[in-house]
Amino acid sequence: MSSRETILQRLRNRTGGELTVPECDFSVLARPDWPTNERIERFEKLIESVHGEVHHVSEDSWVDRLAEVLNTRGARNLLVPKQHEIGQTLRAADRDDLPELLIYDEPIESWQAHLFNEVDASITSTRGGIAETGSLILWPNDDEPRLMSLVPPVHIAVLKASELYTTFHEAMQAQNWAAGMPTNALLISGPSKTADIEQTLAYGVHGPKELIVLIIE
Amino acid sequence: MSETAEHTGHHIDVKEFHPRAQAAIHNPKIRKNFRSAMDGLMSKRKAAFEGWDLETLRELGANVRLRALANLPDLLEQLEKKLTENGIKVHWAVDGDEACRIVRDICKARDAKTVIKGKSMVSEEMELNHYLKAEGIEALESDLGEYIVQLADETPSHIIMPAIHKNTGEISELMHEKTGTDLSNDVEYLTASARQQLREKFMNADVGVSGVNFAVAETGTLCLVENEGNGRMTTTVPKCHIAVTGIEKVVPSMEDVSALLALLTRSATGQHITTYFNMISGPRKAEELDGPEEVHLVLVDNGRSSIYQDDELLDTLRCIRCGACMNHCPVYTRVGGHAYGTTYPGPIGKILMPHLIGLDEGRHLPSASSLCGACGEVCPVKIPIPDLLVRLRQESVDGDNLHPAKVRGHGAKRSSKEALIWKGWAWMHASPGIYRFGTSAATKFRALQPSKAGAWTDYRTAPKLAAKTLHQRMKERGQ
Ligand code: SF4
Repeated sequence: MSSRETILQRLRNRTGGELTVPECDFSVLARPDWPTNERIERFEKLIESVHGEVHHVSEDSWVDRLAEVLNTRGARNLLVPKQHEIGQTLRAADRDDLPELLIYDEPIESWQAHLFNEVDASITSTRGGIAETGSLILWPNDDEPRLMSLVPPVHIAVLKASELYTTFHEAMQAQNWAAGMPTNALLISGPSKTADIEQTLAYGVHGPKELIVLIIE
Repeated sequence: MSETAEHTGHHIDVKEFHPRAQAAIHNPKIRKNFRSAMDGLMSKRKAAFEGWDLETLRELGANVRLRALANLPDLLEQLEKKLTENGIKVHWAVDGDEACRIVRDICKARDAKTVIKGKSMVSEEMELNHYLKAEGIEALESDLGEYIVQLADETPSHIIMPAIHKNTGEISELMHEKTGTDLSNDVEYLTASARQQLREKFMNADVGVSGVNFAVAETGTLCLVENEGNGRMTTTVPKCHIAVTGIEKVVPSMEDVSALLALLTRSATGQHITTYFNMISGPRKAEELDGPEEVHLVLVDNGRSSIYQDDELLDTLRCIRCGACMNHCPVYTRVGGHAYGTTYPGPIGKILMPHLIGLDEGRHLPSASSLCGACGEVCPVKIPIPDLLVRLRQESVDGDNLHPAKVRGHGAKRSSKEALIWKGWAWMHASPGIYRFGTSAATKFRALQPSKAGAWTDYRTAPKLAAKTLHQRMKERGQ
């Protein structure tokens, strides 16, 4: 008998009594339905409490703010999506206060060393955020691959205030995650961190040292 | 056969719990490192649940886990089907050795020489690193705590914070000695050095091995909870990703995950959520530009299906490995994780390990508790740990009248001297004449009572028998 059958058979023929299937009431997860401004406030408070940074911007002003943010950090380059409007807008802007714009348009194998060693910052879109935990929802794809939000030391994420949900539970229901998931989905709630050395927080241990959120209101 | 022969048993003898606990208690450094860490974690947990109806949330957590366990075989089949549809290959292992062989075979098929590992307690259970090393495959831990523990050639002393037993100075010396970093108490510097050392490894590793926090049957999704990003690196950068998990980690839906995640991170470290919550549902698709080409899941039984047989012990399988029971345990806080000598230390270890290694080896575990109840009170999925400890104590002396002993190695703690004493005690109490004779004889000869009674009197004064029995005194009072 295969191990699979052995295990399943042992579980199916258990010697104990009938197992009850309890009701699960998820309503305890609900938070008050905060209005948008309160969601933004809570999101901001939480993400700042874990060393993230939030900038309030508008459709018209976000590129200016981005340029500032990158300049203060002396970023030499910025990895941007190729198709997403964020990337389109930035390339079309053709501004000289922005660093060199890079595109992730070939398989990682051909430029891994470059990504790991030379890229200073990246910018990605999000699929919304979660106010209660200060989280961003990312579904990487071929336009914004998985490593974009992980390898560069600064990750900048663009979040639309209208896509800020109250809880994770609400977000996954509203976006109907049950219908199917992408190969990789993520909640990101701050820059990479560790407390493994005597409970002392240190940032950027493997992923980005900085997470900057541009909230478009 | 020979390949498994070398790979059995634990490197630390579990039976030596008492001397190790003694040593730890007399080591002020260990006590201080644990005490301060656990105090901090307890208050952070409390703050993280503020404003929540914690009792109702725990109820939901317990029900979500129970519902999953009630349907366990069906859910595992559904998970396998979904994962397979998503392009993830599923393997089944009855024990740790088989799981190790599966990992090795996947590595060999890819001609892999180096494995980078995310944190996985199941792989500790399997002793995967030792196994792979013997097969000529280097396995390197990438979680900072695990990396430190591996440099020191030790095992994790806590399931969430593996290197909690060491302070900064000790870590600095260790890294200096093993990796050549400068001696420094600057945590930023030490972290940055480790980052540099590990980045190279991520880029060059052939295979990434990770654990799983929840496996979702509905969508075929493997969920991983972490702060550092090493878990994401491990599961994204190498061409092949192998996830290993206990069979009990499956849940029906993403909705269940939302409840468990809310409880897990707050209970573990007092965080509302961890930095990364990583959901993997398949290998890289043709049009995608990164991610592993191959993803495998190894479902490990290793004693879990035996726990599943018993209505009471089954509760152990609800555990979501948050570590809160350790953080709140007065025994764990004093002796630290290494005293236990088991993969899982603390309260959860005491109820889980006897199943994994048998009560003959683990017989001291269920009695290493004050039964204060703190573990049961904080457990986010309401595992009645103290009740299970009592049950296992009974098993360790061969069960009681209600439950025939079920755990492997039951009766290992039975002492015939003790059994005889209790038998005599019962016989004496069953007959009034003998009882009166016995008690009055005991009071008469109380001067002969020994002042030492084994380990009990090492830290306590032996109780003295009274000069008169209660019966005698009542008689004198004329009642
Ligand atoms: S037994 Fe409960 S408290 Fe302990 S690790 Fe498991 S879930 Fe957490």
